[in-house]
Amino acid sequence: MGRVVLVTGVCGELGGRFARRLASDPAVDEVIGLDVAPARGDLGDVRFVQTDMCSPVAMQTIAADGVDTVVHLGGIAPPNVDGLRSAVDEHNVIATMQLLAACQQASGVQRLVVKSSAAFYGSSAEDPGIFTEDMSPRRLSGSARRWVEAEDYVRGFARRRPDVHVTVLRHADIIGPAIDTAMTRYLQLPVVPTVLGFDPRLQFCHEQDALDMLHHSTLAGAPGTFNVAGDQVLTLAQAVRRLGRPDVGFPPSLLRLLGSLIPQLRRADLSPTQISYLTHGRGLDTTAMRRTLGFEPKFTTPEALDDFARGSGPGAVQPERVDELERHIAAIVSRVGTHGQR
Amino acid sequence: MVNGDVREMPQRGQSAVDIAETGVDATEEAFGADIGDQQSAELLSLLRRRITGDYEVDQFGFDVELTERFLLKALRPLAENWFRIEVRGAENIPSTGGALIVSNHSGTLPIDGLMTSVVVHDHAGRFLRMLGADLLFRLPFIGELARKGGATLASTEDAERLLSRGELVAVWPEGYKGIGKPFSERYKLQRFGRGGFVSAAVRTGVPIVPCSVVGAEEIYPMMGNVAPLARLLGVPYVPVTPFFPWLGILGLIPFPSKWLIEFGQPLPTDTFPQGAADDPALILTVTDQVRDTIQQTVNSLLRRRRSFFARALAGSGGG
Repeated sequence: MGRVVLVTGVCGELGGRFARRLASDPAVDEVIGLDVAPARGDLGDVRFVQTDMCSPVAMQTIAADGVDTVVHLGGIAPPNVDGLRSAVDEHNVIATMQLLAACQQASGVQRLVVKSSAAFYGSSAEDPGIFTEDMSPRRLSGSARRWVEAEDYVRGFARRRPDVHVTVLRHADIIGPAIDTAMTRYLQLPVVPTVLGFDPRLQFCHEQDALDMLHHSTLAGAPGTFNVAGDQVLTLAQAVRRLGRPDVGFPPSLLRLLGSLIPQLRRADLSPTQISYLTHGRGLDTTAMRRTLGFEPKFTTPEALDDFARGSGPGAVQPERVDELERHIAAIVSRVGTHGQR
Repeated sequence: MVNGDVREMPQRGQSAVDIAETGVDATEEAFGADIGDQQSAELLSLLRRRITGDYEVDQFGFDVELTERFLLKALRPLAENWFRIEVRGAENIPSTGGALIVSNHSGTLPIDGLMTSVVVHDHAGRFLRMLGADLLFRLPFIGELARKGGATLASTEDAERLLSRGELVAVWPEGYKGIGKPFSERYKLQRFGRGGFVSAAVRTGVPIVPCSVVGAEEIYPMMGNVAPLARLLGVPYVPVTPFFPWLGILGLIPFPSKWLIEFGQPLPTDTFPQGAADDPALILTVTDQVRDTIQQTVNSLLRRRRSFFARALAGSGGG
């Protein structure tokens, strides 16, 4: 007998692609897609239900349709740009809570996969350089709290339903040529505003790896909490230089102000939480992902960025131009050199 | 220069002599007869790599290229010419594998850490991964350079990760109590915390190398501390030295004291029984043992330095 999978947040950036791909897998009988927003794009064989997770429709869907696996991607959608971020966060946490309540009552549910975020750990000067899954944030600020609260509910659920196989995925920022997130918008700004005097370590997860990872943990996987990211880190300066974009440093308070005034920057998310990430950065230990979950990402962090760069068009500073300039200067220097020697 | 003449000689042709001469030319270029050109080409390619982001950092943000080509280069004159550091026992630094260097701390600003880093690189050929306080990583520019120079937060997690990766890690367990102590208490080692560094070494089974620094105490002799200002700025102290703040920025020039740095016999930790890392009595005993070793070495280095000064004075008096 095949599986019946419920996917929340199918109108999010990855949700639709993931649900469609899952529906075409022979191991899966049916995929039910849930979202508050109206269906976007082609969902293929996915049965789409437009509903708020806080409504009884969601509960009934889980109970009635023999759902055995729930994949909660609700949080993957970028923060609603127009709405108040704190209100959106609050709504996301409540939606998670409602979904878990529904799962708890549905005896058919055997597996739960929740997409969380590496933002769970926060980012500060008091944090170690690299996080393993057993570490908890030392300081909670703003929207990082949302991930912590949501995970708290998931842990509570796992305690009450020990028979359910619960996997929590703490993704690093997902980038790639086709995905649109606050981070990709930030890196695509014509001039990238940074925090003056800091060069944070960033770690990325390629969109392809994110999809593969979700697929893997839905069908195979292992219970537990896992960091999901490509190998290695890039500093922000490295990343913007590889993208050929100029960067300008601002003091954090000014950066926050600009982030709230300029629409392009507002879409790139310069919230206090994100600014502290752009100040101190973060590294993720992915040993558990490899060993326990048995997942090997195809892209390292630099490779993910390079693939994203191919999709995002050239920046102002192109490597060919720099190469040309180098040859130019080298020629001048050697001419001056030989001239001086005579 | 000879080289300039040789370069002009080969005429484009097909004779064997010409080909041989071109060969000579190429060899000279490759082996640095034309040092000037080669250096500038290398510098340019370095600049290009920096501009296009084509360099690597490790997971902690350590930038080998920047450290070797810029940071250590900038600090070396300070170590060699300003403080005239004399190094003893460099052979006690393991040439491979994880090891924990434990050092005394002094000098108001952590110049001793930077100098130890230069000395370790130049005498043992290894990069020193320093463990710093969170304040360091809160400071703009300085925090960034610290990370790129291989430092990370003094936390059990980071220390154990670096040690088990086989890195050479350094820690200053006295912390602010050591570096910010008044000049009148110079060369008196402060308490060594709770011995977190010892349990990190024991857990990863790496040797502890005691390191004693003499000379750093005098670079900024701290006479007082503007405590209210320190509280306001959120820093542990705002120092008053004979030159700072009276001479403004000039007061930040460190006093050129003569430095001695000695690395002691490594203390192996892989012989301890299972679970030793969680045995507080054992950890505290080892902590005290390391502290005593450093204090005694500091004392003997001080005697040695006094005789050095006596000799220097006698020498200049005679001349």
